[in-house]
Amino acid sequence: MSIYARRRAANVAIMSLSLLATAAGLLVLFLILWSLLRHGVPAISSDFFTKNTPAPGNVGGLLNAIYGSFMMTLVGTLVGAPIGIFTGTFLAEFSRGSHLAQAVRFINDILLSAPSIVVGLFIYEVMVVRMGHFSAWAGAATLAIILVPVVVRTTENMLVLVPASLREAAVALGAPQWKVVIMVVYRAALQGMLTGVMLGVARIAGESAPLLFTALNNQFWSTDMNAPMANLPVVIFQFALSPYADWQLLAWGGALLVTVAILALNILARAVANWSNFGK
Amino acid sequence: MTYEIEPVESPSRLRPHLIQMPAVDPAKPAAEAKDQPQTKVQIRDLRFYYKNFEALKGVNLTLYDKRVTAFIGPSGCGKSTLLRVLNRIYELYPDQRATGQVLVDGEDILDPRQDLNLLRARIGMVFQKPTPFPMSIYDNVAFGIRLYQRPGPRELDERVEEALRRAALWDEVKDKLHQSGLSLSGGQQQRLCIARAIAVKPEILLLDEPASALDPISTQRIEELIADLKSDYCIVIVTHNMQQAARSSDYTAFMYLGQLIEFDTTETIFTHPMERQTEDYITGRFG
Repeated sequence: MSIYARRRAANVAIMSLSLLATAAGLLVLFLILWSLLRHGVPAISSDFFTKNTPAPGNVGGLLNAIYGSFMMTLVGTLVGAPIGIFTGTFLAEFSRGSHLAQAVRFINDILLSAPSIVVGLFIYEVMVVRMGHFSAWAGAATLAIILVPVVVRTTENMLVLVPASLREAAVALGAPQWKVVIMVVYRAALQGMLTGVMLGVARIAGESAPLLFTALNNQFWSTDMNAPMANLPVVIFQFALSPYADWQLLAWGGALLVTVAILALNILARAVANWSNFGK
Repeated sequence: MTYEIEPVESPSRLRPHLIQMPAVDPAKPAAEAKDQPQTKVQIRDLRFYYKNFEALKGVNLTLYDKRVTAFIGPSGCGKSTLLRVLNRIYELYPDQRATGQVLVDGEDILDPRQDLNLLRARIGMVFQKPTPFPMSIYDNVAFGIRLYQRPGPRELDERVEEALRRAALWDEVKDKLHQSGLSLSGGQQQRLCIARAIAVKPEILLLDEPASALDPISTQRIEELIADLKSDYCIVIVTHNMQQAARSSDYTAFMYLGQLIEFDTTETIFTHPMERQTEDYITGRFG
């Protein structure tokens, strides 16, 4: 066989394997989506959005869990995103390859890959045990800690992409460094940074393990952040494992809702990334 | 705009006219001769280091107010480095340092006590590649003004318009001031950067190969602009284009391997250079 024929054969083989792998991945994804839709859509009704989690055999919905997930994700993002953005800014703009920056980057990478249940255990130790009870604050704190490394990483990467010439141009006008960062560099990297935050939000919105022993759950309507609070992932976990058909149905509905919400966030993140205010 | 070099066959010691000088307004040199140029910047024994590499090896040079000085020389000769010392922009990078003296109006700007932001507000800089900020055309020009002054809205409008007019960009952008600066063409972006630099009314204007990324028409506009701005500023231009140096500068400094080889009026440099290296370089025979 000539070299050329061998290369062609190798090309065909690699191409086929790649297509096969892609098809397998997509197949699984569509199967998941399909079963979610098949089982989840029947659960969606007006009750689903307006009633709280029921006792077995009663009519109910997921209102308290939707509210709880929303609140804890919101608070987690409001706390975690600024910390992540500032840390990323420090790494990209102010640290100039110092040892401190290298240490921060290293620790952040560890945090990024740490299992979320470990973060939950940590908060259980430092908040839940000391406060003596589970609370939505503890749940939000856990989510914030999971969000931070994602935002740190994306923020730093996006800021590093801003060309040095832009910073030089602003500095050459006599702008102090903080103004250069806020008024020029942030603007240039805004879309990427927003995308990073949204990806982080998508990540924490579906976390269940760390909420199990921080926010716990609550079968009643509660807006008290200082008390246990219902949330979609944990409700799904409990209801799906229950022997009651109506609970299982609600679990399917909740799973569909979480998936759609995360999908929507991801699409929104992409739209923001493409949306060019000052592009062209 | 062709690059005309006469082949030099006669012995070089005869120092023939090496490059055709561009036609100049005959009234102008006479008028300029009357007012003696005033010293704006004095550079004394300037040495510059990238880590341990000595990029400038003891440069002594005087720059005059209301005159254009061109830095020429082959790549890596230190001309951009020298320019970047004048507003200490190199301080952004921790591995770079300078020793010696750079006196601007008698004050040493290399003094560590020098406030860098205030210094840079006095010394404008335009870079090789256009660097519009990701904001509107108006905000690009207003950026520098807002840094150190608090003009009212009407005064700010006037300052922005004035800067854009001086940069010969006003007529092209007056109807789209609130569009992104990035939406302009390359030549327009560079004139926007010049407008941004002169809007803060600096004393010195540093131009680092401002036209090298531009087409000939944009280049010509930039050169006309330099000629116009000369009446108010001390202008320093780094260029690879010898014709451009010959056309737009009053003084020329030829640098090679981190040293200032020769400094004189542009006419002398391009017609009767003292140094063999200068002559070789401007005739394109550099080896």
